[in-house]
Amino acid sequence: MGVHVQWAWAHMCLGIPGQVLERLDDGLAKVDFSGVRREVSVVFTPEAEPGDWVLVHVGFALAQIDEDEARATLQLLGEAIAAELAT
Amino acid sequence: MKYVDEYRSADAALAIAAELRTLVEPGDHLKLMEVCGGHTHAIYRHGLDVLLPDEVELVHGPGCPVCVIPLGRVDDAISLAERPEVTFTSFGDMLRVPGGRNRSLLEAKARGADVRIVYSPLDALKIAVAEPDREVVFFGVGFETTAPATALTLVRARERGIHNFSVFCNHVLIGPALRAILDSPDVQLDGFVGPGHVSTVIGTRPYEFVCSEYGLPLVVAGFEPTDILQAVAMLLRQLHDGRAEVENAYGRVVRRLGNPRALAALETAFAVREDFEWRGLGAIPRSGLRIADAFADLDAEQRFTVPGARIEDPKACRCGDVLRGRAKPYECGVFGTACTPERPLGTCMVSSEGACAAYYAYGRHRT
Repeated sequence: MGVHVQWAWAHMCLGIPGQVLERLDDGLAKVDFSGVRREVSVVFTPEAEPGDWVLVHVGFALAQIDEDEARATLQLLGEAIAAELAT
Repeated sequence: MKYVDEYRSADAALAIAAELRTLVEPGDHLKLMEVCGGHTHAIYRHGLDVLLPDEVELVHGPGCPVCVIPLGRVDDAISLAERPEVTFTSFGDMLRVPGGRNRSLLEAKARGADVRIVYSPLDALKIAVAEPDREVVFFGVGFETTAPATALTLVRARERGIHNFSVFCNHVLIGPALRAILDSPDVQLDGFVGPGHVSTVIGTRPYEFVCSEYGLPLVVAGFEPTDILQAVAMLLRQLHDGRAEVENAYGRVVRRLGNPRALAALETAFAVREDFEWRGLGAIPRSGLRIADAFADLDAEQRFTVPGARIEDPKACRCGDVLRGRAKPYECGVFGTACTPERPLGTCMVSSEGACAAYYAYGRHRT
């Protein structure tokens, strides 16, 4: 288990990103956290389908991770690096 | 790990740090408060404080929900746990927190109380189903981040007609806490790093009063090093430009209106208390949640009697000043001596997300 996953798992206030593997009954889904698989409630993110990434807190997915936004942030970071290298 | 590693790029962090230095003037002293235990921990874990220009000081507000539970409520939890018919379930973080007589749930467990660690309130409900002869009580703790999980569990218990389950509710609200900090005398802040995960639930709109009423900028941030540095850069840009706005640097999970389903669950299962006592800060109006009347039969405070004593924080402890950004942990007389993570005296030392515990763990014993 990754150190980050282990750390977040032990602390209630931290959330961890995981990838939905499979929807189950009862508002649950099987979610993969860097190889660790757990059942998570997706009642608050019902549109999360297998392949989607969700942010999980105390056994509940609270948000679906927006891939476009994630890419946009990473692109900004890339630009920051490029700007720094250019100076 | 996807959505983690990319935001830990050292090159990106150093690039932002370089930009930060261009956004301050010599002689500035900018105090930025974060109000999330996850941020406090990430800042010291990744050494972000040393990347900041000297002109920028990060202070740590009441963002750790474990730390803000008052001593009397911990004693109430212990008294519930010590009832022979009760199986008391809690997040692991709460177990070491000392109550008024310096006793913790962990010690109650060692003396024979049936105290069990759960990762999710749904796990507590599972125990209630599996062991119908036990009275299973869940210790509901946390901001709007964890409260929807408790709310949904109450709804599930009701739907399934599970009667041997109840919640000892200590959920708190971030907005009133921010207001209480801003209204404290002698508090001088220049902006807030807004909590990331609370905001996945409540969105960014509830912070708008910080800008409109107090004239301060607030930037919601994620938890990776570049997330936090980026938020600091956005705050410095706002201060530089003379703006005070709510900005969102955690757009990959936070939306302006939050998560409507989670908010609806809160609305269903909880009501706002007239006031709630916070460790280190005292009573704050409308800052805590209780179980809604419709779920009163699942409220542990109504099902059982709890002592409900109000216990003063230890006199030697300066947590109240630390939580308002008026003192650094190492300025407290008992930091690292009478108060350590093994034997915490004050609220900020009890959970690893508390400011004092983070300073202690990562060697920030002085400037």
